[in-house]
Amino acid sequence: MSRSLAFVLNVPETPQDPEDSQEPSPYDESEVHDSFHQLIQEQSRWVAEEGLELQHRALGAGALGASGSDHQALLGPEGAPVYSTATLHILASMPSRTIGRSRGAIISQYYSRTVRLRRRAGRPQLRDVGRSARPSLRLYDLELDPAVLEEDEKQGLLVKELQGLTVAQRDHILRGMPLSLAEKRCLREESRPPRGKRRAQGRHGLLSCCSRLRDSCILGCFTHTVMYYGYYSNATLNQPCASPLDGCQCTPEAGGLPYNMPLAYLFTVGVAFFITCITLVYSMSRSFGESYRVGSTSGVHAITVFCSWDYKVTQKWASRLQHDNIRTQLKELLAEGQLRQRPRRACGRLQQAAVLGLVWLLCLGTTLVCALAVYTFSELVIQSRVSAERDGALLALPLVVCLLNLGAPYLFRVLAVLERHDSPVLEVYVAICRNLILKVVILGILCYHWLGRRVGTLKDQCWEDFVGQELYRLMVMDFIFTLLDTLLGELVWRLISEKRSQENGKPEFDIAGNVLELIYGQTLTWLGVLFSPLLPAMQIIKLLFLFYVKKTSLMANCQAPRRPWKASHMSTVFISLLCFPSFLGAAVFVCYAIWQVKPSNICGPFRTLDTMYEAGKVWVRHLEEAGPGVSWLPWIHRYLVESAFPIYLASALLLAVIYFNIQVVKGQRKVICLLKEQLSNEGEDKIFLINKLQRIYERKERSRVGRTEEAVMPPAVFTDDWDAQ
Amino acid sequence: MGGSGSRLSKELLVEYQDLTFLTKQEILLAHRRFCELLPQEHRSVEESLQARVSLEQILSLPELKANPFKERICRVFSTSPTRDSLSFEDFLDLLSVFSDTATPDIKSHYAFRIFDFDDDGTLNREDLSQLVNCLTGEGEDTRLSASEMKQLIDNVSNGAGLGWAGPGSRREGLGFGLKLSLSQILEESDIDRDGTINLSEFQHVISRSPDFASSFKIVL
Repeated sequence: MSRSLAFVLNVPETPQDPEDSQEPSPYDESEVHDSFHQLIQEQSRWVAEEGLELQHRALGAGALGASGSDHQALLGPEGAPVYSTATLHILASMPSRTIGRSRGAIISQYYSRTVRLRRRAGRPQLRDVGRSARPSLRLYDLELDPAVLEEDEKQGLLVKELQGLTVAQRDHILRGMPLSLAEKRCLREESRPPRGKRRAQGRHGLLSCCSRLRDSCILGCFTHTVMYYGYYSNATLNQPCASPLDGCQCTPEAGGLPYNMPLAYLFTVGVAFFITCITLVYSMSRSFGESYRVGSTSGVHAITVFCSWDYKVTQKWASRLQHDNIRTQLKELLAEGQLRQRPRRACGRLQQAAVLGLVWLLCLGTTLVCALAVYTFSELVIQSRVSAERDGALLALPLVVCLLNLGAPYLFRVLAVLERHDSPVLEVYVAICRNLILKVVILGILCYHWLGRRVGTLKDQCWEDFVGQELYRLMVMDFIFTLLDTLLGELVWRLISEKRSQENGKPEFDIAGNVLELIYGQTLTWLGVLFSPLLPAMQIIKLLFLFYVKKTSLMANCQAPRRPWKASHMSTVFISLLCFPSFLGAAVFVCYAIWQVKPSNICGPFRTLDTMYEAGKVWVRHLEEAGPGVSWLPWIHRYLVESAFPIYLASALLLAVIYFNIQVVKGQRKVICLLKEQLSNEGEDKIFLINKLQRIYERKERSRVGRTEEAVMPPAVFTDDWDAQ
Repeated sequence: MGGSGSRLSKELLVEYQDLTFLTKQEILLAHRRFCELLPQEHRSVEESLQARVSLEQILSLPELKANPFKERICRVFSTSPTRDSLSFEDFLDLLSVFSDTATPDIKSHYAFRIFDFDDDGTLNREDLSQLVNCLTGEGEDTRLSASEMKQLIDNVSNGAGLGWAGPGSRREGLGFGLKLSLSQILEESDIDRDGTINLSEFQHVISRSPDFASSFKIVL
């Protein structure tokens, strides 16, 4: 990291010590600082001679550094440091203050960016970063030439660099420069190459298209034949008559390719799950990257003040609403901050812990009760021997499940009023956790009910059809109940609160609850895809409908959530929830069904096999007999799929990659801390120099007014150097 | 687009598309809205490109009327020496920075200039207190009194804002709280501890908020 300091300094040549690879310590640097040191000594001597009082202590001198009496500013009557106009003039031309305003600074900044773009240099090298919080002055590249580039020269340099880029890159850089249109046009004219090329139009919302496509693909990749498992034949369709192995009818169709239905079914489901898995993991890692940024600390006050105003608001009443919201947010933030800082007494802590424990116990108890209810009801349904004809009675179990799923979260919300968390984000997380546990437990019991009990009781019937139908019924019930919830929960509440003429009575839109509902619906789809391949199509239709209903209800009935909603952070949480309990659970369920459960004998593509997985094994055996040409497939099957070694290897690799990434992030955090310390030390140095400057100007002022025969040579040299900048 | 002789030439359109983040439709719409602000007899294409519209007229646009920073926005984008009028190209610059596709970099650069009420290149305490006042509302009951603001803002150190539960704190409510939040803001954003926030520090704070780019938008 090199900076240019444009003042003349005597840098004595010190011989490079070959063994000394560390940076020189500040203690060795008295020679380097010698000339500077001398100047400061002289100034202090003069000031002491005049008997000026330097010991003005600032109120709360933390920001100005407390390492010496020289670090404190002279305070004016209002408490702010008062600088002379000459000092202010120099302050105003400091690079850190001009970058926001002056054209020349912007041009030189973009010149260096263009240079970096051309040389493809990425981040600055870490080895140039000083390892201590006070890196030595020797590390800086001291330019001994005090000439500063004029704006025209800077512009010429930028133009030259721009000419070396392609048209698209040049336009991209020009578009992103914070200059006015006329200035950009000027630069463009100057840097235009002799033959202009056409620029390709590509600025569409490609990302939104892709994500929508991806979403519909996940849901719609499956074969769109008839809805349930039982319909599918177990034959190889279009089989040429040559091999009578399967004992099926020979349809002598010349052009038809043989289509092995069992294999196709298995592989379709498998590939679909695999693609979903890859997409979810990719999406999750992107989300993680965005929200858990390396240097991110809280900084919530600054972000609220700088980023919370929505500029799209055009109505007066909406703008007033925003004002109120922001004011409330700021007040709440400050109240929380004060609450956190107040030392909590042990008694209060114990009380809060007790209340927390009690509420958790109640919630878990409710979950247990719900689980028991579902279990006993399912056993009841089995024992009462309802057959498939009486559809009405079959709806009972989905009804009970949906009622519990709807009612228990309300109960949790009521219980959560008792406990008072310090941060609203924690409240949201706790609510999500409780809802999640409830849903996972209920779904687990249902899965056991289907794969464990139903398979046994429906021995001579098509149990897969039954499970598929159960899942379909669950999905439809869930849809109906969500609609009812939207209607009752939001519309009726709003009407009631309007009657009572409360201004802020509108219900808040419960984002977390709704997202959990969506995840639950998606889990049902994934669970059911093996038994009812058309279920995702139903899910798509349901989601489309639900989206518009929810949107209308939201606009009409609800108000925005009061607390600042950290959207990116929460979306990471939701995607992880989608991946881990939801998708993983569904994948485990499907794997168990494929590997362990005996398919029914009378229906479906696996009716003659012991497990569904056997279809794959049968095919591999076919391939082995087919000849040496495709012998690699059975080899893969034997050594990669059947044996456990590749899984261990893959897990070990995955763990290694995760560990490596964690270490990299840790290292980057350390570097950021170090750089922050360096910056703050530089700030202290800056203030020190400003104060010295101020004192020199004051001395000059006083000597001009009072005395005339002072030898002002050294201060003149000093100030001349500063003025020359 | 309905044209009564007020269509921009193709080359000009292409040039505007290359140098700003706006699409062709947005540029044409902007031109139409700009021409509506001009008096009837000056609405030809050539005149509209040379004319300047006063600040009051721009501030009467519905998209800016409800914005507490509307004056600062117009002043920042104005290229006239007295900073009180906007030409069509200034207007395009404004819309380009506030458009959908503008980079967060340029948005944060201009946001900084908008918040810098005294145009000195940094956000000092006065800028911040003015900013907070703009955000909390225009009414007298929501603003702070001058003495309250002055009283506590000069404390930037770590001590400010932590463990301060003075006896009158709850009653003073907003006044006390907002000064506290100013100290908090400076503490969170001012990395080199010089009491002001410069452009780099501001951009660093903004980069931590992924929602900034979507809220810093104005659509005609």
